[in-house]
Amino acid sequence: MTSTARDPLLSVEDLRVSFGTAHGQLIAVDGVDFEVGPGEVLGIAGESGSGKSVTLRSILRLVRPPGHVSGKVIWRGRDLMTLSEPELRRVRGGEIAVIFQEPMTALNPVLTVGTQIRENLKEHTTLDAAGRQARAVELMDQVGIPAGKTRLEDYPHQFSGGMRQRAMIAIALASNPSLLLADEPTTALDVTIQDQILKLILRLRQELNMSVILVTHDLGVIAQTCDRLAVMYAGRVVETGRVAALFRQPRHAYTLGLLNSVPRADLVRQPLASIPGQPPSPTTMPPGCPFAPRCRFKVGPCDDAVPPLVEVAPDHRSACIRHQDVAGAGA
Amino acid sequence: MNLNYLVVRLVQILPTFLLIMVVAFVLVRLLPGDPSSAILGLKATDADVLRLNAQYGLDKPILVQFLFFLRNFFQGNLGDSIILKVPVTSLILQRLPVTLLLSAFAGLLSLLLAVPLAFLAALNRDARTDTVIRVLFQIGLSMPVFYLGLVLLRFFAVGLRWFPVGGFSDNLGSDLYHLFLPALTLALSLSAVLMRNLRNGIIEVLNADYVDFARAKGLRSRLVLGRHVLRNALISTVALFGLNIGTLIGGAVITESVFAIPGVGRLMIESIYGRDYPVIQGLTLALAILVSLVFLATDMVQASLDPRIAQR
Amino acid sequence: MSVTLATPSFLRAGGRRRLSLGIGTVLLAALMLFSLFPGFFAPYDPIAFDYQHLSAPPSLAHWFGTDNFGRDMLSRVIWASRVDLEIALFCTLFPLIFGTIVGALIGFYGGWLDAVFGRLVDLVVTFPFLVIVIAIVAVLGPGLINMYIAVSAVGWVFYAKLMRADIQVQKHSDYAAAARVLGYDSARIIFRHLLPNAITPIIVYWMTDMALALLLGSSLGYLGLGAQPPTAEWGVIIADGKNFMSTAWWISGFPGIAIVLAGVGFSLVGDGIADLFRKRS
Repeated sequence: MTSTARDPLLSVEDLRVSFGTAHGQLIAVDGVDFEVGPGEVLGIAGESGSGKSVTLRSILRLVRPPGHVSGKVIWRGRDLMTLSEPELRRVRGGEIAVIFQEPMTALNPVLTVGTQIRENLKEHTTLDAAGRQARAVELMDQVGIPAGKTRLEDYPHQFSGGMRQRAMIAIALASNPSLLLADEPTTALDVTIQDQILKLILRLRQELNMSVILVTHDLGVIAQTCDRLAVMYAGRVVETGRVAALFRQPRHAYTLGLLNSVPRADLVRQPLASIPGQPPSPTTMPPGCPFAPRCRFKVGPCDDAVPPLVEVAPDHRSACIRHQDVAGAGA
Repeated sequence: MNLNYLVVRLVQILPTFLLIMVVAFVLVRLLPGDPSSAILGLKATDADVLRLNAQYGLDKPILVQFLFFLRNFFQGNLGDSIILKVPVTSLILQRLPVTLLLSAFAGLLSLLLAVPLAFLAALNRDARTDTVIRVLFQIGLSMPVFYLGLVLLRFFAVGLRWFPVGGFSDNLGSDLYHLFLPALTLALSLSAVLMRNLRNGIIEVLNADYVDFARAKGLRSRLVLGRHVLRNALISTVALFGLNIGTLIGGAVITESVFAIPGVGRLMIESIYGRDYPVIQGLTLALAILVSLVFLATDMVQASLDPRIAQR
Repeated sequence: MSVTLATPSFLRAGGRRRLSLGIGTVLLAALMLFSLFPGFFAPYDPIAFDYQHLSAPPSLAHWFGTDNFGRDMLSRVIWASRVDLEIALFCTLFPLIFGTIVGALIGFYGGWLDAVFGRLVDLVVTFPFLVIVIAIVAVLGPGLINMYIAVSAVGWVFYAKLMRADIQVQKHSDYAAAARVLGYDSARIIFRHLLPNAITPIIVYWMTDMALALLLGSSLGYLGLGAQPPTAEWGVIIADGKNFMSTAWWISGFPGIAIVLAGVGFSLVGDGIADLFRKRS
């Protein structure tokens, strides 16, 4: 793919993740490709079960057995899938960081926040104990937790929801990574806090010169924070491109459906539009386009083979053979 | 913070203590016939009965008798043994340390056995190691303590002559030597009970989000296991251990019989054979209070490990 | 390039579960057969003395050997299985029934009953079960009946605790609300609607409880506080042989194995039922 001429920081190629279960092979991620440039915020949007969280976790090889991962994840020229454990550990936390959806379960309840920050620093920096403590206090300020020094000795359950999320961000970003993987960071928060956290992430992106991959099902969050977007459905990427372009003129039926289903406050009394039907079961994927059974643009060839993700406009890729018609309908 | 919690728990335990008193009091009163013959035996004289009435208020209404009972208890008077003719309190104080030593020794051994094996089983979940460990412990669970004791006695004490056949001694070193086989018997039994829940608890911790988060920070496995997993797993271990103090003490009673250890367990059995009711009553009381206190102690240990508890 | 670890197939684990349930069922079936038809399976009369073969080691004539009175051990063990199965049943039936009913009522009605019950549970759960039972047996006198009374008097609390928790969960379910809206009276709701849904964990617990009752009963038998000689009970037989561990290990050895096998049978069946229940829900 040729996005604007710039070397991507992270490049995911043909990522596949499957789980062997009693009911057969469960395909969570079915050949995913995308890229992230330096300083860019890439959103990965999709409903529950689309495979977006699994995709994120497999970047850092966090998927546990019985999960089986294949594909390439090129980070700064090296394939993370082939790195040895010690080399991978250097990347984890040091170059790429992750934050999870629910801070109450992601933070160890029996260790103080300070301990959890300092162990990150100990692993990836050469600071001494005093240096680590100072940096920890600095981090608390950076993420906007007041009285940082005293709060370092508090346990996760002593923080409120929004503060806990900030603490998790502080722990994750302690060693100045260049890429942040955020798995639904605001889904568990209420709307006002959500806004604060998103602004925080954007500010940190600026201050630390970081790229971000933001996984979410909320298109509003995407609109607010992301530069580019990859839409996932049933384990595959169906459309990628700049957020503005995709929102204005989606070129995949699923994206169109998603955008249409967002209720609009400015129109008078519209019935809620939703996409009829259900996503396919991960153990029995249809042979052709996974969205075909629910698609109003579907034609015969849609069922023959999975449409490949191809460039349909500058910096805009779609996996839909009828993308022209979709573009026409959406404007 | 911990002190507050201790006080709260102590207060909570008081009603339980009261209930224990009532049960012990009622226990002897359940006997057919009047309590004085139970307490004194069949050879009571009239003078004895009068003395008894003064001490226990046996001629007064039952509620007053209970008050007498309480008063006696706080004065350290639990009556006299019919058979041995010595105060029950001194009998218990003499034998209790032996049982405590045996129980502590057994408890320690059981943890040394159960924790590493539970870790091994959890880390190799569903693999052959796991299955072997679980099968072994399933058998251990179904094996009665007295049988296990007899088997170990036969092999190690009589057969191989590695350990003495029973009895006890004066100094600590020799004590532990005498207590090793009985403690091992108890420990094997107890660790079978602990192992399964421990293994499940560890598996739960291993699958927790915060373990993934720690790995995502690039921490090495050993650090993740040692600091993140172990501490959380220990909390459930301590809780489980506390709940099974009853099993430990019950097993001690049996083990003391098999190995002829002069502890309170054996005292209990002997008292039952000899219908020595004051001792039975006193022992029930003493054991109940002991167990409550140990339970409290494990609660405190848990609270020190888990910062969420004391907050509640 | 793939990054993977061996995938343990759930199918394999499922097969193992079925195997253990099968083994458990076979063991329990054997126990029941021996209990119901001991005469059919036992080769000799269990109380017949054989002066020709005192304390004889296991042989073709006497598979389990003989004791110091010349009694055939295999027959003794088989005849004792009836007593031990009785112990497992009678120690648990009353607690099961009484505890389930009380627990269901307390779970449903709550209130001050619940508070009192909570205190009772605290007392019983932490206290050594064996010690309470021994204390009660001490007062009532040794013997099987007294043992059943002692165990039942305390044991029902565990069932009640379990049932209470279950019922409390079921009480808040939708079908319970539906029954209330339909105007069914409380008794009907509790016993015909809530209880059947809450009963499976109780049954599973009952199985493991029977294994525990067996251990307790044989321990008391060993101590001389349970079944009284000359009743053949595995614990009693083991006690008979305890002085002959070096010279005639088979006297105590085989009854012990019987206890282990019976206990394993109960445990495996209990686990199997728990698994089936988990799969269905």
